[in-house]
Amino acid sequence: MTATKPVTIRGPVYVVGDDIDTDQIIPAQYLNLVPTIPEEYKKLGSYALSGLPAEYPPFVPKGGMESPFRLVIAGRNFGCGSSREHAPIALGAAGIEAVVALSYARIFFRNAIATGELYPLECGERLTDVWATGDEAELDLQAELIRHVKSGRAFPLKPLGAARPVVEAGGLFAYARKTGMIAARTP
Amino acid sequence: MGMTLTEKILARAAGQSAVKPGDNVWIAVDILLSHDICGPGTIGIFQREFGKDARVWDREKVVLLPDHYIFTKDDKAHRNVDILRAFAKEQRLPYFYDPGTRRYQGVCHVALPQAGHVRPGEVIFGTDSHTCTHGAFGAFASGIGNTDAGFILGTGKLLVKVPETLRFTLRGVKPDYIMAKDMILKIIGDIGVEGANYCAMEFNGDAVSALSLDERMTLCNMAVEAGAKNGIMAPDDTVLDYVRKRTHKAFEPVFGDPGATVAREYTTDVSRLEPCVAEPHSPAKFALARERTNVKIDRVYIGSCTGGKLTDFVAAATILKRRKVKVDTFLVPATQEIADALATPRSGGQSLVEIFQAAGCLDIAPPSCAACLGGPVDTFGRTQAREVVVSTTNRNFIGRMGSKDAPIYLASPLTAAASAVTGHITDPREFL
Repeated sequence: MTATKPVTIRGPVYVVGDDIDTDQIIPAQYLNLVPTIPEEYKKLGSYALSGLPAEYPPFVPKGGMESPFRLVIAGRNFGCGSSREHAPIALGAAGIEAVVALSYARIFFRNAIATGELYPLECGERLTDVWATGDEAELDLQAELIRHVKSGRAFPLKPLGAARPVVEAGGLFAYARKTGMIAARTP
Repeated sequence: MGMTLTEKILARAAGQSAVKPGDNVWIAVDILLSHDICGPGTIGIFQREFGKDARVWDREKVVLLPDHYIFTKDDKAHRNVDILRAFAKEQRLPYFYDPGTRRYQGVCHVALPQAGHVRPGEVIFGTDSHTCTHGAFGAFASGIGNTDAGFILGTGKLLVKVPETLRFTLRGVKPDYIMAKDMILKIIGDIGVEGANYCAMEFNGDAVSALSLDERMTLCNMAVEAGAKNGIMAPDDTVLDYVRKRTHKAFEPVFGDPGATVAREYTTDVSRLEPCVAEPHSPAKFALARERTNVKIDRVYIGSCTGGKLTDFVAAATILKRRKVKVDTFLVPATQEIADALATPRSGGQSLVEIFQAAGCLDIAPPSCAACLGGPVDTFGRTQAREVVVSTTNRNFIGRMGSKDAPIYLASPLTAAASAVTGHITDPREFL
């Protein structure tokens, strides 16, 4: 997570339910793409959430590479299943900056933090009942609040806890360099 | 206050006398496992962060087991194995199990212990969520992403939060018609897909000790389906004998302290269990096989790190011997060692391959992950339309085996084989 990321994120949200697994976030047939190869990273974004059931509206428009949405609002246990880092990467590559869920599966949460692709935030309230896909949200990371723009209702986010210093440093490698676990990059 | 088995392994790996749940500690890694799906990205991160000329922290501790997309015409799948091969050559890695050679093994979680890389008391990380399988040998084993794995490749260390332990005690005598798969599906059904999120699932009790290693692996393998960080059980003589035959390295087993506190305790009487399935689309959607006989099926799939071990095929054969399957039955042994065992004549002179052939199963595929996770469109056993599947694999998420329209019922190999014979979900007691 780079230090230059904005502390406020505003934009339309995409709403999903409980137990959205990594096969729905990025179906296995696209795992032949290697995220560290730039054109394949972008391609992963174009397939983000393509494993959702057909009743969901498109997350990335047909033929497009990026999503018009900037945040995902989810229920419980978002990102359960596989350890594929392709999952947070696909969402990040599609243009998602944060997911706000009731809870996360452990590996997805860790991968989101380690890669710095997106903020995996938790809210104690079921925001999937408040937002509909396409509604605007304003996320204030400093104040730890998410606001429903049209109604003005605001909801507190849970503190990131032990993950916060890693997020603040900008991901696992930056944190390890900052704390002296690995050598700093020579400029 | 004592420490649990997981806490003691992590304390030792952190170089501390004690740790407690919630502590964040840097631990030393004994084995890093990767495969063709996540290895190339891991290598990419390692080279980006540590430099093109960087060397891995310890060549003896890196194990590359390509297994996911092996028998496919997909160009990128082959490109990805090429990336692993080039990296193994450049880094002179002794443990790269190259497809197309005699060294090729198959599914990484069954191959890792077979090839002697799993030892009690050690710390194993792998770029695959089912790395938790290796807790069956008394190791701390957990799945991670490419970034964490890239970090380990360069440093041999990882920052981890010490998990709380949930203790699952399995008691009683297991009836013949019950397998470890029934036990773990029952547990996941009871606690839910988030029931062990961030926790260690520790299995113990006389019913665990009575299980074969293959079956113990099934229990630990599916810990991640309840959200667990790791599954684990204390190593006994069965484990120690197996490991000593396979590894050439010294190891020191770790055991939990008797007075250690755990976050929650659960007890299951396995003598009362009944054969079950997990219905679409959640491993926690528990149902008794005998109450789902109305579900007509199109195919049965026996394979994967969960249900493609020798014990799984032996169990399936007890049902399929002298019977005929009514639906397409796909068999994928997890590893070459298992494939070889299937072809070897057993007591009675017949090999398992012959039993399956006589039953009308499809020809046995070469070892790999195959259709467990769908994969490229030409993958053996991949669902393409609305096929209803009974599978011995680990996940029945929407689209998991390929097609979003193909519902998957998870079951034990006994239940899968019984269902293959009738063409609908069937309690194996009908044939035992």
